[in-house]
Amino acid sequence: MITYLFILFGILAIGSALAVIFNKSTVNSALFLVLNLISVAALYLLLQAQFLAVVQILVYGGAIMVLFLFVIMLLNIGDETERIFSRFSVKYMVSFLLGAVVLSQLLYTVGSLSGTLPAVSGEMATVGTVEAIGNEMFTTYLLPFEVTAILLTAAVVGAVLIAQRKIKQQDS
Amino acid sequence: MIALNWYLALGAVLFTIGVLGVLTRKNAIVILMSAELMLNSVNLTLVSFSAHLGDVHGQILVFFVLCVAAAEAAVGLAIIISIFRNNLSVDITKINLLRW
Repeated sequence: MITYLFILFGILAIGSALAVIFNKSTVNSALFLVLNLISVAALYLLLQAQFLAVVQILVYGGAIMVLFLFVIMLLNIGDETERIFSRFSVKYMVSFLLGAVVLSQLLYTVGSLSGTLPAVSGEMATVGTVEAIGNEMFTTYLLPFEVTAILLTAAVVGAVLIAQRKIKQQDS
Repeated sequence: MIALNWYLALGAVLFTIGVLGVLTRKNAIVILMSAELMLNSVNLTLVSFSAHLGDVHGQILVFFVLCVAAAEAAVGLAIIISIFRNNLSVDITKINLLRW
């Protein structure tokens, strides 16, 4: 059962990720990204990381993607007119070559990893609960947590400052 | 339980798709979304290691990555809005003011 669910959500994640980068319409890309994030959240659930699955849907699928869609609709960007991979150019060749290099390196590393990991302990199932994460986060990682709060405040202030500045019309 | 290698391979494939999106697309918003794809695949890798090793620290790191990704998306989109006001375009081939 878990195997079938993994295959289903894995294919869904890969397919929607491909649709994000191959889609001409920006709004469709954003919606496919939502699908990708939700299928990755389902994979988190298969890994018994319940807290992160919920946070993924709330923060990523909710807040960040609403921000993306809001900006897309605010800027009123039309679909791209030319086809994405219409021209045969050196740039695309180099891009796909780099992508193939990255993928082969990562898969080679993954393939050489097996057998080096220690055996799974019995308390594995309790790792992803809110209790375990909160217990660790508010004792050992209290300072990074507070620093994150400062970072988010700074990001919000900076975003408002950058986005609201009036640009003077240049004469030239 | 699925073997760890399958999760890592899925993360690798998603990361590569994100890299291809950053390298090939011209729309700045789609490039930001591809960066989110890459962050997401790294999160998947961290969570799968954390679950298979029975160690909670990986999931805490994923939580912090989520916070930084939220900040990055907010600031990046603000920069894109600001550029769009100047250039009336989000096409990165037309944003060449700093190009040598």
